Amino acid sequence: MTTELGITTSGLGKRFGDFWALRDLDLAVPKGSVLGLLGHNGAGKTTAVRILTTLSEPTTGTATVAGHDVATDAAAVRTKIGVTGQGATVDGLLTARANLVMIGRLSRLSPAQAKVRADELLERVGLSEFADRRVDRLSGGMRRRVDLAASLVADPPVLMLDEPTTGLDPASRQDLWNLLREHVARGMTLLLTTQYLEEADQLADQIVVLDHGRVIASGTPAELKSRVGGERLDVTLADPADADAARVALAPHAESDDARVDGAVLTIALRPGTRLIELVRELDHAQIEAVDLHRREATLDDVFLTLTRKEMVPA
Amino acid sequence: MSASTTLAADTMVLARRNLEHIRQIPEKLLDVTLQPVMFTLLFAYVFGGAIGVAGGNYHEYLVGGILVQTLAFGVMGPGVSIATDLAEGVVDRLRTLPMNRAAYLLGHAAAEWVGTILALIVLSISGLVVGWRIHAGILDALAGYALLAAFGLAMVWLGTLIGLSVRSADAVQGIAFGVIFPITFVSTAFVPIDGMPAVLKTFAEWNPVSTMVTATRTLFGNPVSLPADAPWPLQHPVLTGALWTAGILAVAVPLCLRKFRARTAD
Repeated sequence: MTTELGITTSGLGKRFGDFWALRDLDLAVPKGSVLGLLGHNGAGKTTAVRILTTLSEPTTGTATVAGHDVATDAAAVRTKIGVTGQGATVDGLLTARANLVMIGRLSRLSPAQAKVRADELLERVGLSEFADRRVDRLSGGMRRRVDLAASLVADPPVLMLDEPTTGLDPASRQDLWNLLREHVARGMTLLLTTQYLEEADQLADQIVVLDHGRVIASGTPAELKSRVGGERLDVTLADPADADAARVALAPHAESDDARVDGAVLTIALRPGTRLIELVRELDHAQIEAVDLHRREATLDDVFLTLTRKEMVPA
Repeated sequence: MSASTTLAADTMVLARRNLEHIRQIPEKLLDVTLQPVMFTLLFAYVFGGAIGVAGGNYHEYLVGGILVQTLAFGVMGPGVSIATDLAEGVVDRLRTLPMNRAAYLLGHAAAEWVGTILALIVLSISGLVVGWRIHAGILDALAGYALLAAFGLAMVWLGTLIGLSVRSADAVQGIAFGVIFPITFVSTAFVPIDGMPAVLKTFAEWNPVSTMVTATRTLFGNPVSLPADAPWPLQHPVLTGALWTAGILAVAVPLCLRKFRARTAD
């Protein structure tokens, strides 16, 4: 029943004036699973998180978190969630420990419990040495870790993180992912928003891609990647006029007919396992001069361009 | 836990947070400590010699004025701090916690009120140093401090209301200075108002700062030096001052709660 679902939404929408920040969002996130909301700035991710964390009221539709309706039973929702967001941060003028103790106290822990919990979490996120430093004197990465620890203070069954790793270096990002995996393995439901496909891929069981407030794709990371192709090849051409010829020459190695040209750079979705030498040969054979070949993972931009293109041009 | 114990506990936690802010940035207290002490010395020793007070000495007259002036300027601190706080993300996080929402404002006001009380202590000591004394019974003296503390609390809430009504902390300074400055100076705070031009004199007579200053002087047994034809409120300053205080609180507190809800809703 509802207890089996960590988060549900139905027809959820939010309008500011005559601008719809979010439209018709339907989610069903099983308990103990991870949903990645993927999208650019302004796609509606933060709006969705604000509604689900009771900070903002929906214009249309309904949502439940841990079985409680966010609109009619917001107080109960607040006992079940941990939040870290672009908006919801910690107090820069307090020490890391004082922040966590305060949040523990306001989450109904006793003074002693709040203190123990604060120290436990600071240890867990590797900030024990900095426990008594004012948060505004910590580095950006450390601050994000305090943020995350703050959202875990009450050991909430549902955690919502709005771009938790923005601004983190790769090592800190890995650490944070591991910490989240631990909690999810213990049954926590996680909703996280991100601009990085890789992050959603690493953590999420289900991904929902938002664009201009609407869902443009959803599925498991594997499904999504198979739709857009995992790898990309950027070919920088000596003569931009060769773009179309290059596309035709490389077509045998392309995953789909999805190609785009930006100035002198042609980008194609690359078939897995293609060797670089084969690509060079094809170009050479067609007498096309390439200044550079760059092979890389698909980025969020590629996903968007592919998905929005598919919408416009029905296959 | 019942709702009221939750509210009290949450208020304490949040008041502690605001007190910690003051501890981290002690400069915040300058406007309720160093600044009024400077005013005391300035008026006692620079202007004081030129100001005659009927039936008493100017230093004894002055302290009631400085006390109330400081409380009135006390709108600034709470206004700036709430406006600053609202611009940060921490309020959003607090709103996702299962805490009592009113506790945020109550905790803020409680912490700011501590600053007010501190100002009363500092100013009383500096008053004693320049020769001010309380010439009233203990009950009257306590009533004097109670009225001042209550008026200080009213100013904290008024400042909070200003802070909640503006878009930036800078605006608070402008509004507070532009309004509080004339109100405190065109009053009985520093000079007997008999010598003022008619319009200013009338303004000063009906000014709540005059009422509070006169109430303080009356309760402490200091010279009041009122015009013989002073209007009724100034003739009954303690009652009028208490009514002003209660009135400001009765209006400002509910407005603050409403404004806070409106500011944080979307």
